[in-house]
Amino acid sequence: MRTVIGLEIHVQLATETKLFCSCSANYFAAPPNTLTCPVCLGMPGALPVLNRRAVELALRVALALGAEVQEISRFDRKNYFYPDLPKGYQITQRDFPLAVGGTLAFRVDGEEHTVRIREMHIEEDAGKLIHTEDGALVDMNRCGVPLIEIVTEPDIHSPREAKEFLRALRTLLRHLRVSNADMEKGELRCDANISVSRDGELGTKTEIKNLNSFRAVERALGAEDERQRELLARGAVVEQVTFGWDERAGRLILQRTKEEAHDYRYFPEPDLVPLVVTREWLERVRAKMPELPWVREERFVREYGLSPKDAGVLIEEPMRADYFEEVVRACGSAQEAAGWVLSEILRYWKGDSPPLSAEALGELIRAVQSGKISRTNAKETLEEAISSGRNPMELVSEKGLSLLADEAELRRVAEEVVAENPKAVEDFRAGKKQAIGFLVGQAMRKTGGRADAKKLSRIFLEILGSN
Amino acid sequence: MEITDALMRRLEVLAGFELSPEEREALRDDLARILSYFQKLQELDTEGVPPFEPLPGVRNVFREDKPRDSLPQHEALKNAPRRDDGYFVVPRVFGEP
Repeated sequence: MRTVIGLEIHVQLATETKLFCSCSANYFAAPPNTLTCPVCLGMPGALPVLNRRAVELALRVALALGAEVQEISRFDRKNYFYPDLPKGYQITQRDFPLAVGGTLAFRVDGEEHTVRIREMHIEEDAGKLIHTEDGALVDMNRCGVPLIEIVTEPDIHSPREAKEFLRALRTLLRHLRVSNADMEKGELRCDANISVSRDGELGTKTEIKNLNSFRAVERALGAEDERQRELLARGAVVEQVTFGWDERAGRLILQRTKEEAHDYRYFPEPDLVPLVVTREWLERVRAKMPELPWVREERFVREYGLSPKDAGVLIEEPMRADYFEEVVRACGSAQEAAGWVLSEILRYWKGDSPPLSAEALGELIRAVQSGKISRTNAKETLEEAISSGRNPMELVSEKGLSLLADEAELRRVAEEVVAENPKAVEDFRAGKKQAIGFLVGQAMRKTGGRADAKKLSRIFLEILGSN
Repeated sequence: MEITDALMRRLEVLAGFELSPEEREALRDDLARILSYFQKLQELDTEGVPPFEPLPGVRNVFREDKPRDSLPQHEALKNAPRRDDGYFVVPRVFGEP
């Protein structure tokens, strides 16, 4: 038995205004129904006018996916009644979508997968409902916010693959600066179709709607995959139904059966003229495309000598990749920058901005490289700088963490250690060369880790050799 | 085309109407007549005729992505039969769209 999954993904485009009117699209945290106008409220006679920026952002995605942008695309009305849709229809593109075809490649446990894209179109978002005992509260601020819908071919074969595909898509969308694509905020939403095929012929598919986190995508598909396999294994039939997903309870909720399937009565939107994307326009969009994540990953490997794995982690978030490159510029070493960002900074990076400025980290790295401070102390300083919000080099000088580089001082400490550890000295003279390590360790303890271990080791050899 | 009871009920659901038996009968006759006009129209040979365009030849009418003031909340809610704390209030809804 083989699982076959196709996804329909909705992405909110990061425009300033809505798709067909000049209301602000930044509805997050806005009081309810303060970002509306006759157009997005569906008042009689109000006419939609297409947002050019929304088209350009959609074109970026189409180009990045290698899709074929259609010279002429059109808008259609999808008719249904639901209180979050004041017009009684959603403006979308069905018969002539913006782009068709394309692919997105991604890795699952190091193995490369490619999913083909069927089509991609522009449409408008609906409002938001809050269900209460007494009725539903409706907020139309989100109504009319631009979306793109990306429909994949059924090229995904496990719930895990579906999740990784979505992650790769989110990475792409963020690098393209077309959307923040935060699933928690509903900026990226996913519906999934899944069927289990026996003997190579396609099985009956079911749909799971409104998967709002990566975890939900994997879990919901896992549950449905298991349910269908179990049905088929005992010779039962899979019905064509639509589910929702209850994340808290971790279970599928039946929403409708085949008989209840909608009839959307699509027809061409008479209030909008056709959208024509000329070759020149497309080339202008292409010229302004940000660096694609896979191109950047490859460049990190080539230009900075990073391992593909490290480069992959760095490009997961464009902000992370930008930060890494700033640190490289600030400290002059890509290897050091990658090491510090990956093993230290990422542990503290929670919000939208890096926990420490690239300049401050660069300065700290340079201090380690020039032997001014030990690596161990630098790491401790980093932690303290991040938790206190202070400059790490200030902390270094304040706490006297600068390495003891003064030859005379180091020699004084070494002589003390030699005097206090006759046993180790004897061992060394008897040929146990590793006793030097013990003596260096003792000297480090005396100096609170501030001594330069290499220098110390040389000084010990000099003292013991001269006797 | 025969306008069956089942079709009438389906159209009512799709249109969001509920008709009285008298209305239903009257509308059934109207619909039958309307459909016969369209059947007549369908006899026309439309081979080579381009599909309908609202404004023939007009392409690419755009807005720039510049926000403008929206309606004040009280204006937006003014025509609503029920409202509460800045929201439109509608009867309880079941299921998903």
